[in-house]
Amino acid sequence: MRTIFEPTKGMLPVDTSYCPGCTHGIAHRLIMECVEEKGRLGDTLGVSPIGCSVVAHEFMNIDMCESAHGRAPAVAAGLRRVHPNHLIFTYQGDGDLASIGAAEIIHAANRGEKFTTFFINNAIYGMTGGQMAPTTLIGQKSTTSVEGRKKEVNGMPLRVSELLATIDGAVFVERVALNSPANIRKAKKAVMKALEVQEKGLGFSFVEFLSACPTNWGYQPVDALKWLTENMIPYYPLGNLRCPEEVK
Amino acid sequence: MSERVLMKGNEAFGEAAIRGGCRYYVGYPITPQNELTEFMSREMTKRGGKFVQAESELASINMAYGIAAAGGNVFVSSASPGIALMQEGLSFICSAELPLVALNVSRGGPGIGGIQPGQADYNQVTRGGGNGDYHIPVFAPASIQESIDILYDAFSLADEWRNPIMILADGMIGQMMEPVTLPEPKAPISEDEIAVRKPWALSGTKKGHRSVVKSLRMQPNDLEKHVEKLFEKYRQAEKELVKYDSDRIEDAEVVFVSFGTTARIVSEVIDMLAEDGIKAGLIRPISLWPFPEEAFSKVNPKTKVVISAELNMGQMMTDVKAAVCGRFPVRLINRTGGIIPTSLEIYERAKKILGEYK
Repeated sequence: MRTIFEPTKGMLPVDTSYCPGCTHGIAHRLIMECVEEKGRLGDTLGVSPIGCSVVAHEFMNIDMCESAHGRAPAVAAGLRRVHPNHLIFTYQGDGDLASIGAAEIIHAANRGEKFTTFFINNAIYGMTGGQMAPTTLIGQKSTTSVEGRKKEVNGMPLRVSELLATIDGAVFVERVALNSPANIRKAKKAVMKALEVQEKGLGFSFVEFLSACPTNWGYQPVDALKWLTENMIPYYPLGNLRCPEEVK
Repeated sequence: MSERVLMKGNEAFGEAAIRGGCRYYVGYPITPQNELTEFMSREMTKRGGKFVQAESELASINMAYGIAAAGGNVFVSSASPGIALMQEGLSFICSAELPLVALNVSRGGPGIGGIQPGQADYNQVTRGGGNGDYHIPVFAPASIQESIDILYDAFSLADEWRNPIMILADGMIGQMMEPVTLPEPKAPISEDEIAVRKPWALSGTKKGHRSVVKSLRMQPNDLEKHVEKLFEKYRQAEKELVKYDSDRIEDAEVVFVSFGTTARIVSEVIDMLAEDGIKAGLIRPISLWPFPEEAFSKVNPKTKVVISAELNMGQMMTDVKAAVCGRFPVRLINRTGGIIPTSLEIYERAKKILGEYK
């Protein structure tokens, strides 16, 4: 008998706490599959954020620590100083990274910190119950923008990948979406490349995952993916923004 | 070989930390501690360590959290408003039980305040501005030599207690120069030793088990159990980490309580009062938390008054009154805003107070 599929050893054999249709589970799995395929499960360190995925360390089978809201890039910079050759990543949501942690991500990128940030952009605060994030789309309803986000009041949704791509130290920046099997396969390739950039010591690497939050968007899981496809991708275009020659 | 040298306080803090085995320093510019950050930027790399200038104090305490979580012996310094920004991080670090040494070269407040020496961070450092139930042992040196001795031991102490250790040195100690004896350098922990000496630290699962550093406990029962466990440690710390100095308190008519720079001025005042035939004594808390309550049991029962002398509006008086427990009246001699009283000023104010307790 030939094994054709096995769950990655990078994920612990437990149920996650995420809602039905949430794409955190897919993102977790892609990252951990890549770490396993690289043979780095034994010397990879992860930093979880504040938000639904604060408990990522209950699911990812590696050494991990939590971080205060938005500070994961500072924490990872600390881990890097002690362990120069480990694989290190932060896993952060859009409230955590694009709002309260905006300074930390920009300066980590600017120092060219040799770790990878996986950015889950679902255009809303998930854990606290669906408040507006810097990434919430114009017109999108949330519990703190009940009539929909307005440009005059809240400004335009922040395109973090484009912002970071202007920074010299952010050598790999790519936006992917977890809305279809084809895009999920592309997402995995981006994760692999980001980790390769880190292994080669080329600089800061960043992957933004457009993700679904059916619970707080108020959609069934399938409809949530449709909403992501029709609304998020046009405003947050997919693709690579920066990639060093060495991993092309 | 121990060396005798003339050093500025801020530079001596750095030298003592490196000799105490610290190889990671994170800082952000703020007066009056800048010479320390500058010293570390020059010295750390030379001596096999890592220096990071963070983008803010929020980032510096969280970088320090990362270094501590990874098993490194880390030192972070700032001054009053910068320490205020670090409070959230310190609360996380206490809950995660990570070792770290933090130095506050304190100045006047509130707000941006001023840049002259102050002790108005007494409540900030002894009570903590972070959320939740936690404590941080705080030591307040009164000389550069004492700062060196405290910092030299602070890293192993932090490791032993798996808790931050705070040092409160007022701006005067950071800025002045004194001759000091430097201790023998200790060997720092190497990356390879971390898995064995700090099995809880993040060094990768290749060490044979999985390490998770966290402070989230969603179940109230788990959180209560965790906090109770922390407090078993703090109760032990209250017994073992108390440190103070006392002078002539057994037969004193007046006992001063004072720490840091102010305590040195008060030492002179005691001699001045002695020349007038007034018996005065001094309790100098070195550990501000735990506060040396036991020192007060040795005070002459006939003492007329206890005077708390501080560079703030009397923040330490709460602890002094609790320690005195109603046995003596407690009065305050203070200056604030960055003004350091002369020995003559304290002497005259003490004489006036004593006049009320004939």
